[in-house]
Amino acid sequence: MTEEALKDLLYKIADDQLILGHRNSEWTGMGPLLEEDIAFSSMAQDKVGQSLAFYNLLHQLGEQDPDTVAFTRNAEQFHNCQLVELPSGEYDFSLIRHFLFDHAEFIRFQMLAECPIEEVAQVAKKLKGEVKYHVMHANTWVKQLSNANEEAHSKMQSALDYALPYALGIFEPSKYENDFIEAGIYAGEKAIETQWKENIHMVLEEAGLKLPDWDTLKPVYGGRYGKHTEYLQPLLSEMSEVFNEDPTADW
Amino acid sequence: MYGGGQVFEPSSTNNELLKDEDPKKLAEFEARIARGEKIEPKDWMPKLYRKQLIRMIEQHAHSEIIGSLPEGTWITRAPGFKRKLALMAKVQDEVGHAQLLYGAAETLGKSREQMIEDLITGKSKYSNIFNYPTFTWADSCFISWLVDAGAIVNQLANARGSYGPYCRALDRICAEESFHLKYGHHCVIHLATGTPKQRQMMQEAVNRWWAPMMHFFGPSDKISTHTEILTKWKVKMATNDECRQQFLDMYVPKIWELGLTIPDENLKKNEETGEWEFTEPDWEEFKRVINGDGPCNKERLAVRRTAEERGAWVRRALAAKTKGDKYVAPMA
Repeated sequence: MTEEALKDLLYKIADDQLILGHRNSEWTGMGPLLEEDIAFSSMAQDKVGQSLAFYNLLHQLGEQDPDTVAFTRNAEQFHNCQLVELPSGEYDFSLIRHFLFDHAEFIRFQMLAECPIEEVAQVAKKLKGEVKYHVMHANTWVKQLSNANEEAHSKMQSALDYALPYALGIFEPSKYENDFIEAGIYAGEKAIETQWKENIHMVLEEAGLKLPDWDTLKPVYGGRYGKHTEYLQPLLSEMSEVFNEDPTADW
Repeated sequence: MYGGGQVFEPSSTNNELLKDEDPKKLAEFEARIARGEKIEPKDWMPKLYRKQLIRMIEQHAHSEIIGSLPEGTWITRAPGFKRKLALMAKVQDEVGHAQLLYGAAETLGKSREQMIEDLITGKSKYSNIFNYPTFTWADSCFISWLVDAGAIVNQLANARGSYGPYCRALDRICAEESFHLKYGHHCVIHLATGTPKQRQMMQEAVNRWWAPMMHFFGPSDKISTHTEILTKWKVKMATNDECRQQFLDMYVPKIWELGLTIPDENLKKNEETGEWEFTEPDWEEFKRVINGDGPCNKERLAVRRTAEERGAWVRRALAAKTKGDKYVAPMA
């Protein structure tokens, strides 16, 4: 497998984490209750920290330093799926996005923890432990709210219906799929997707939320190849506003 | 983060609330406080003590949650990973402080929901300083370093007070604030010793924030309301002027050391008295702002109100889910 392929994999993971971490941090001071405000902030910190771990791996492979990579690229140079860049919206959407994304991420890190590239495996092993708690948090809240009353149930169902096509975009195949599988890096996006569908199905059933027939859904692809919604560039411009006032300065 | 300048009950209410107290119980209560004992939630306490403490802890909690807004707005713009991660953690701490403090106030019999309701309807106050805007990154650095420093001065004093749950919350809060202070100082050092543009940005922030910072500790003791009984009951542990003097003594030299100037030509330490002298802050402005007419009062409350409204369905759902469950008293 080429280094180019490995970088492609690391970039998409890092970019997903950074953008979702950034979105989750928007709840700071704005949460529906203090406890959730604090929880979203914790997860945001974990995610931004996780992205840093992957940008550091990329730096070791010869890419620029994490600050430059994260704060100076434009939207077309980002490889995150479109799900993570969508505006935070209301709490129902943010929660469902967190649920759908972290279930996928947990499986991804589980697989990468067995990766033959030692540096990647080590990072994945460590981060898997963090994401486990994110998944537990999401499961608890999805079940709790969906079973609480009609209002919450219907909000959660609508948020799920809206988010699912984007969530399938997490698994947009890379052009290096076969290389990863052959080199035993991980079992590939299709395998994560299959496992993910099983895992979320179990929780959603307990939550009383309906999953549509998968065949009727059209995955929103493009993010992995730099095609993004109108929301990513403004997010990046905001993120780099101060940094770019003087990129050579030490902040 | 919280300063002085608390709004206490007027003395007419004090006398009204005190006149029916059992003199024997009151004497025992005061003897306990004089011995340095802590008062706990289930202990007997005068009605006035309860009322003043609720008011004070509630104002403190509100200040934490409103205080998270001017800095929180810079999380999405913090320059670089180190600052972004640190600022997220810092503002999260502030929200956590609000949670701790609402818990401490709840032990005195007022629910969190009621307190938040009183905040967004403008009935309760919060620290005046958060009614000023953070125009630049340097403004957020000023808050992290110096507003938190001021808060520590005030909170360390109050941590020696008489109400157990509040003191314990303050001990935890001060430990976290000391990290905020280091973070803020680090940010300010980088700006003050950085490029000409960074230095200018930092100086402008100091110029903007100096007056609100002097207001932060509350009106001068000469004009502040009578708080004798609160001092006796160890509700108020240091006067506004004492806190302001301590802050100036600790931080003015540090600000000057960085080559920054302070926009008050009369600011100097009188070596004979050991006291800092300065231009008397504009207390009319302080009053105006605390009564709702500051640059950001409306915006801050509107944001908080919107957050409450957007999250209402979540709280309704939780209430539906827990109906019939036993009330769990907050940890304090």
